[in-house]
Amino acid sequence: MDLLRPPDVSYRVWKVWMRNRDVFLKTVKVNFVLPFLEPILYLLAMGFGLGIYVGEVDGMPYAAFIAPALVGISMMNASFFECTYASFVRMYYQKTFDAIISTPLSLDEVILGEIVWGSTKSLINTSIMLPILLALQLIKLPDSLLLIPFSLLAGLVFSSMAMCFTAIAPTIDSFNYPIFLFITPMFLFSGTFFPLSALPDPMQLASQIFFPLTHVVLISRGLAAGGLGAQSLISLAWLISVGAVLTILSINLMRRRLLA
Amino acid sequence: MPPIISAIDLTKIYDGVLVVDGVNFEINEGECFGFLGPNGAGKTTTMKMIQCVIPKTSGRLLVKGMEVGERPREIKRILGVVPQDNNLDPDFTVLENLTTYARYYDIPKAEAERRALELLRFVQLYEKRNSAVNKLSGGMRRRLILARALINDPEILILDEPTAGLDPQARHTIWEKIRALKREGVTVVLTTHYMEEASQLCDRLVIMDLGRIIAEGNPRELIERHVGPEVVEVDSRPEVLDCVLREGELYEEFGGRIHIFARNPKGLASELMGVCDFENITIRRATLEDVFLKLTGKALRD
Repeated sequence: MDLLRPPDVSYRVWKVWMRNRDVFLKTVKVNFVLPFLEPILYLLAMGFGLGIYVGEVDGMPYAAFIAPALVGISMMNASFFECTYASFVRMYYQKTFDAIISTPLSLDEVILGEIVWGSTKSLINTSIMLPILLALQLIKLPDSLLLIPFSLLAGLVFSSMAMCFTAIAPTIDSFNYPIFLFITPMFLFSGTFFPLSALPDPMQLASQIFFPLTHVVLISRGLAAGGLGAQSLISLAWLISVGAVLTILSINLMRRRLLA
Repeated sequence: MPPIISAIDLTKIYDGVLVVDGVNFEINEGECFGFLGPNGAGKTTTMKMIQCVIPKTSGRLLVKGMEVGERPREIKRILGVVPQDNNLDPDFTVLENLTTYARYYDIPKAEAERRALELLRFVQLYEKRNSAVNKLSGGMRRRLILARALINDPEILILDEPTAGLDPQARHTIWEKIRALKREGVTVVLTTHYMEEASQLCDRLVIMDLGRIIAEGNPRELIERHVGPEVVEVDSRPEVLDCVLREGELYEEFGGRIHIFARNPKGLASELMGVCDFENITIRRATLEDVFLKLTGKALRD
């Protein structure tokens, strides 16, 4: 089967999105508080704790250096976990996808709806974190408000990547592999807690080629500091093209898994 | 009137295995049509091809004149599906399961709610409308899935083992609902392992085995043609078997009993009782189960 076949999608994608939104709103108390607690803890421990010893990085206080990276990490976690564990539960245990494709919706619409929902989770987390970071004066207005629309693009990249893993995961435990082999290294080596320039050249290059978080952090940091550099355009192009390819790939991998 | 569903040389190969092997059938509008067969016969695969959720390998499959591969959305719009696995949404209440499903068919919210409540009354779950799905019994879940399958007012209802694992009361409730729907003109396509279910509900049926259709007809015809009116049943022992063989009658052996498909069962029974020493001899009416066991053999399939 052609893995880059253009998907068959329509406005019905929103119906899948709405299904997930409705469930989210029903369980909002659990969903709302926990996901953004973690980046705040990191900010307190590393930004204000470790930051005392670090001093300034790239001409800014350490807390202000890592704050946009923590927003980027939150975008990554929100989307990646939604479209791995949560999507896998809906697909495999609850058979929600099977139920939906018995109606006029196509599987392509179900998967794209899941990915768009995963991106929305990224937007939700970002929107919760922004006022806190603004209150702490770690990010600047008005440019940092662009982090909100940007979180959708970042979310799309991580969601579609997650959906590719979901399409090939034999069991729910299989997600340990992408998490330990991919998400954790990305968390540490994407210019998140120290500048990318501190890495040896080959690692810098690898990080720029393979890690979406590197590009997400670069753009987030630019938006938070109130100015995007020329390099941001390359990162933006990287994210848009990789997001588009992974979205199409994940839909076709899912067709292979579920519609054989 | 042309058939509402027709299959011509319908074939499905899955991972190199021939799951559905060139089957032909025609289902008429308004009838209840059954697919019987042991596990692995290809019944569910056939249902899923009609539902346009898995592609056929070759042959033709038309639903209301539309080819499944070409117009899946239009076909799915007129189908209601009760799948073999319960796939209700555990994140929603009973009522929300129906209204969320209605949205997939573009049914406006107010109309969806009205239909959902009406259907919950029909399947006797109105009182449970605000319950969580996992608080329902097995029978209630099946009824809710039936209600969900009806939310788009389908012309064709596909029931894949609608009463598997239910107690007799729950099964009879479902049967009653299916009959009521048939009276309203809904075409019902059903798969089942339960011969009684098939006899009770189906106007016509096919028996499938190993991907092929091996018999077709209405339940009474099938019994007449393949078994005869009555069956003589006795405990299986070597000397009994010798005796039956001597008489030259058709027989099958299942679970320690010999089933003899005799032309003149009463005569045979008394004759046999004179000749041989039988234990636990019975004469009973032939059922669809005899046809099924005779045609599909006695080996366990799983």
